[in-house]
Amino acid sequence: MIEARNLVKRYGSTTAVDDLSFSIRPGLVTGFLGPNGAGKTTTMRMILGLDAPTHGSVTVDGRSYRDLPAPMREVGALLDAKALHGGRPARDHLLCLAQSNGIPRRRVDEVLRIVGLEGVARRRAKGLSLGMAQRLGIASALLGDPAVLIFDEPVNGLDPDGIHWVRTLMRTLAAEGRTVLVSSHLMSEMALTADHLLVIGKGRLIADTSVDEFVRSSSQQSVHVRSPQAAELAARCREAGATVRATGPDVIEITGMDSAEVGRLAAAHGIALVELTPIRASLEEAFMELTRDSVEYQATGATR
Amino acid sequence: MTDATIARTGPDHRAAFPPATFGDVLRSEWTKLRSVRSTSWALAVTVVLGIGLGAVISAAAAHGYARSSVSGKLSWDPTGVSLAGVAIASLAIAVLGVLCISSEYSSGMIRTSLIAVPKRGRVLAAKSLVFAAVTFVVGEATSFAAFFVGQGLISGHAPHATLGDPGVARAVVGAGLYLTVLAVLSVAVGTLLRHPAAAIACVVGVLFVLPGIAQALPDSWRNPVTEFWPTQAGGQLTSVHPAAHSLQPWPGFGVMCLFVAIVYAIAWTLLDHRDA
Repeated sequence: MIEARNLVKRYGSTTAVDDLSFSIRPGLVTGFLGPNGAGKTTTMRMILGLDAPTHGSVTVDGRSYRDLPAPMREVGALLDAKALHGGRPARDHLLCLAQSNGIPRRRVDEVLRIVGLEGVARRRAKGLSLGMAQRLGIASALLGDPAVLIFDEPVNGLDPDGIHWVRTLMRTLAAEGRTVLVSSHLMSEMALTADHLLVIGKGRLIADTSVDEFVRSSSQQSVHVRSPQAAELAARCREAGATVRATGPDVIEITGMDSAEVGRLAAAHGIALVELTPIRASLEEAFMELTRDSVEYQATGATR
Repeated sequence: MTDATIARTGPDHRAAFPPATFGDVLRSEWTKLRSVRSTSWALAVTVVLGIGLGAVISAAAAHGYARSSVSGKLSWDPTGVSLAGVAIASLAIAVLGVLCISSEYSSGMIRTSLIAVPKRGRVLAAKSLVFAAVTFVVGEATSFAAFFVGQGLISGHAPHATLGDPGVARAVVGAGLYLTVLAVLSVAVGTLLRHPAAAIACVVGVLFVLPGIAQALPDSWRNPVTEFWPTQAGGQLTSVHPAAHSLQPWPGFGVMCLFVAIVYAIAWTLLDHRDA
């Protein structure tokens, strides 16, 4: 469980994180979503005690990160896969981290096996590809077998096989009852991985919701219809209170009615339909709509 | 790709683990130090410069002894001659000390380190302690070896020293101690400045450049500098015959230690309060 209360971080006159409150629950993959520069990394750095909040507080299982007696056994983190000494062999990198928290040596070989890096354990870090470095970073997060895991853009630099592996790993970790926080700016990735979403824009919380609800609530659904009597159907739908837009000859797009209602209306008036397709907004579109809103809020100076 | 179980015990085990100790951090820092090439390089340079350069200087000085003036013969210091290489080798220790922390900043490793050990003072304390211990062992071994090799080359050509002579054992042990305190200073300066190049330039300036510049100053300025400048004062521990306008060996070393303690305290405070 990670809990933030009124978290604020300012660098000079720039506000990177603006009054953020949330709690991240165990047993779920929580996607931390926002465009570049939204404050995701800064928030994670505050959770991990690297940056001190300007105001507010953030705790892991009720304690501030710096007060954890053996932090790696409680929280596993991957912030930046390339944040390691290039001249140090991969295995020694993991070993020095394990030793700092009193984690037994054999666990190093275990996590190397889990991430599939046994073959390059002796290779110096600068000789690792970005994908391998990501795996090494994930290995270091798993070292302490922690109940809370925090990953900043973990699929960066991974091939499709690796992306699939990370996705499965996140889901497995959450299914084991752990708290998993994964940041991304890729909505499509989060749709496949996350159960819950924390969306931020310009340092502010935009949404704290389940993935399904996020899509449902944040975007209107529409119905795509092709009919030789399109004009008549459009008139009937407008009478029923829907919004209709002609998108081509014989093609209209109806919002405010679902496809069943449109079908019934057409049948009642003897209108022949050639196509009737419900269009559901993708997560990507829903996200863009939401962040656009957040920009409008900012521009008018209103608070959320 | 493996679907192997990630946890052997699951998250419920968490009440059972022991808190991380300072000893754990010491072990970790030892692994960090021994697992990068720059460590063995810098220590090899220290040993080779300390013994090799000391031998060359000893041989040359001993051969020149017969032709030197009376005052030159009066100030003949076989111990100092044989330890001259160690003084120069201190540069390698200083550079390695700076690098062992500032390379963490330049690579980003410091963030990984501080996430693993958020009690930041422990990281600095363990790092400097491990590096100081390694420097002490290598430094003492080098200065004793340099002393014996040097005296071997001097004997037969000029009066040579033995460890039993007054002040000699203290000077030889002192050369290793000087390197050890210098090691701590370099780690502190590396922590303070974070950029490897800036920190190395700063330490080299303190060690070699500023004392050199002081020689060009008028006496009234130069004397206090040679007396109290931390590395000059600390260096008195390594000489058998105190130079003019200088502190006694142990008080001089004390001045250097005090200076290092102040720099260290500043580094500690900044490390604790700065965003990493």
